Order: sequence, then C-alpha cells, then structure tokens
Amino acid sequence: METTVANTGTEGKTWGGGNKPLKVSYGKMMMWFFILSDALTFSGFLAAYGFSRFKFIDSWPIADEVFNHFPFLHGVDAPMYYVALMTFILIFSSVTMVLAVDAGHQMKQKKVILYMFLTIIGGVIFVGSQAWEWKNFIKGEYGAVETKGGQILQFVDAEGHRIALHDVALPAAHKDREQHQSKNGIWYEKEKALPTYTIEEIRAGFAKKTDLAIRTQILDEKGHKTILSREESLKRLNTDAIGIVEGANLIHNEYGAPLFANFFFFITGFHGFHVLSGVIINIIIFFNVIIGTYERRKSYEMVEKVGLYWHFVDLVWVFVFTFFYLV
Amino acid sequence: MGHDTAHHESNTGRIWFVFFLLSFVTIVEVALGIWKPAFLIDTKFISMKLLNWIFIILTIYKAYYITWAFMHMEGETKGLRRSVVWTGVFLICYLVFILLTEGDYIYEVFKAGHKSWDF
Repeated sequence: METTVANTGTEGKTWGGGNKPLKVSYGKMMMWFFILSDALTFSGFLAAYGFSRFKFIDSWPIADEVFNHFPFLHGVDAPMYYVALMTFILIFSSVTMVLAVDAGHQMKQKKVILYMFLTIIGGVIFVGSQAWEWKNFIKGEYGAVETKGGQILQFVDAEGHRIALHDVALPAAHKDREQHQSKNGIWYEKEKALPTYTIEEIRAGFAKKTDLAIRTQILDEKGHKTILSREESLKRLNTDAIGIVEGANLIHNEYGAPLFANFFFFITGFHGFHVLSGVIINIIIFFNVIIGTYERRKSYEMVEKVGLYWHFVDLVWVFVFTFFYLV
Repeated sequence: MGHDTAHHESNTGRIWFVFFLLSFVTIVEVALGIWKPAFLIDTKFISMKLLNWIFIILTIYKAYYITWAFMHMEGETKGLRRSVVWTGVFLICYLVFILLTEGDYIYEVFKAGHKSWDF
C-alpha cells in the first residue's frame, strides 16, 4: 500500500513536500495574504473615490479648505498641518513597532515591552486625532446654502473671503415655529432639530448686505471656486436655494459634493477601525510579552506578526493621506 | 516555531535611517502641498498636474520603504515576495485604470449635457 505514495521522485525538492518552500511559518505567511486581501479592499475604496472625483472633476471640494484646523489655533487657516502631524505619529509608532520586533529577535523582553508600549500610545493618539478631525468636519465652519439640485452655494465678501451664515442672516424678530417635541403634542413623534436660520432669513440678510456674493462648487482653470456676480448671486439664492446646510453628514455637506463626505467617513472610518483593532491586538500581545509567554516559547514571532499588521495600517494611511489631503 | 537563527543581528541603524527618510519625504509633500509651485500646477502630464504625479510617486516611494524595510519584505523568499507584491500591484493597477477611465467618461457625458444632475 505504501508504495503508491512513497516514491514520487520529488523528495528533497523545494516543492516536494515536507518542508517550507517560502521559508516562513504558516501564521506569518497567512498574515501576508490577509494583508494582500485587505490592501485590495482599501484599493477598491480609494479607486472608487478616484472614480467619483473624476466624475465631478470640475466641482470637487478643495481639501485645503476643508481640513484646516489645528488644536488651540482657532480661526487660523492651517491646511494639512494637523494631518501631517498625524502622519508623523503613525510613522513613529511604526518605528517603535519595528524596534520591538528587532528587540524580540534578540530576546530582550524589557525592550520589547517598552517599544510595544510606545507603539500602543502612538496608535491611541492617532485614533484620537482622527476623532477630532471627524468632529471638525461634522460640525462645519461657515455653513452654506443648498439648491434644489443638491448644489452647494457658499457666501464670500468683496475680497473673496468666506463668510459664515450668522454673518449673512438677518434673524427674523418673530420665529414662525419652534422645534416640535413629543411632550408638546399628542403625537409621540420627534422632529429633527430645526436649522439655525431659515432660508428666508438668509435671503433677507443677503439682499441687505450688498458687498456679499455667492461662490459655487464649480472650479475654474486655476482650480479656484467660481464667484458669481452680485446679480447672478441674488438670482441663484432667490430661485434655486431651498435650505441651509451646517457641517457634513452622509446626506448633506456644506463643503460641496455629499459624495466627498461619504468617502471621507467611509475610508478614514475603515482605516480608523483598523488602527483601533491594531491597538487592541497590540495590547493583547503586549500583556503576553509582560507575562513572559514568548520567553517560554523562545520566539517573539507573534510580535512580528502583529508588527506586520501595524505597518500595513501605516502603509494604508500613507495612501489615504495622499489621495484625500494632497492630490 | 522554529525561527531561523542566522538573522539576529540588530538592525536599528537602518530602522532610524528609514524613519528619517519617510519623515523627510512627508515634509517635502506637505511643503509642496502648501507652497503649490505654479509651474507644477500649470504643467500637465497625461492629463494630470505634475504636482499630483510627484505626490503619487513619493507615496509609492514611501510605500516601498515601509514594505521592504519595516515589514521586512526584503528578507522574504522570492516566491512569497512575488506572490504578494505582484498580485497586489497588478490588480490595483487594473482596478484604478478601469475606474478612472469610466469616471472620466461619465464626466464627459455630464459635460456634453446628455444627462443633467444639476436640475
């Protein structure tokens, strides 16, 4: 019986069986293939972002105007500084991770503990920064007016600087209605929060402040947003506008195309979720290192495997950074 | 769990070198993004601004160093390296090509007025 399989003539060859042709353990190889499939998922998202951007190539929001906040610098236009800082934090946590792997190769438990701790701290700071970035994006800054066709109209002064809604609106002395709350009526229905200003208040204010103009989504050849003349502005505001938008969510976006907000939430959210899960896996391995699991195993290969995942998260961020903030 | 024992010398020098390289490239990217030199914006290559080409090339350069140095792809066997890198690079290039071509086509359709989305 044994003769049917015993002699295939391939014994001792690379792919003859009984050895590791790729010279890596099963776990590490599967981490690589997981990373490959995850990279394809992220590429799918980023390529879809590119598709939508090419579709609306002459009206896409300008990232420098959207992400220009920095902690403790209120009202200062700081495009990209914060996201560059986030990039450094993530690259640095990648460095501490690779130092942990390096220390693991030399079986230096204390060093692995220190470097893994620093890696986890870097990851936590990064996720926190992303949450702050989301907060600013959701809250919005200037506010805008939305048209029937879903276009965004923003307000600018004579010099072309953005003007916030509260500087445009002429609040009516007598409000038409209050927000309906279930305690006030017989219907146990809630109503969404009413907008800060009605479109009539905006129209009234805009008609009075004659130096204001409207900026559309359309980009000119130089890549700046088009500013309409005073007459065109009045016409668009009075005939097309249907309501105001403050901040961004999945349906409305004061910065421009709602698709931009959708992709921002989806891609940075998915990446942030990867960072979060990376931090959790890192914490598990961190405690394993502390209790000496890998000392007894005489191999720190688990640190290497989570390291691969952690570097992959950094790798994806490099691309997200380029395609969302730079290009 | 047998780990190849020949490979245990410390590599910290190279790690810090790669860190400074990645940081430097990021600083260059941010500086270019804020400065936006006019000639890089006005010059186009295959219907994309030269500046955007520079960003993408620098990104791939960074990705190469992260994968090769930090993820230690340079130390893996040729078979593993190719099965991961070539698969990924081929599929990503293909996907990006078809989606961007299609996106540009839809832009032309909107522009020519066959379909309107701003009503």
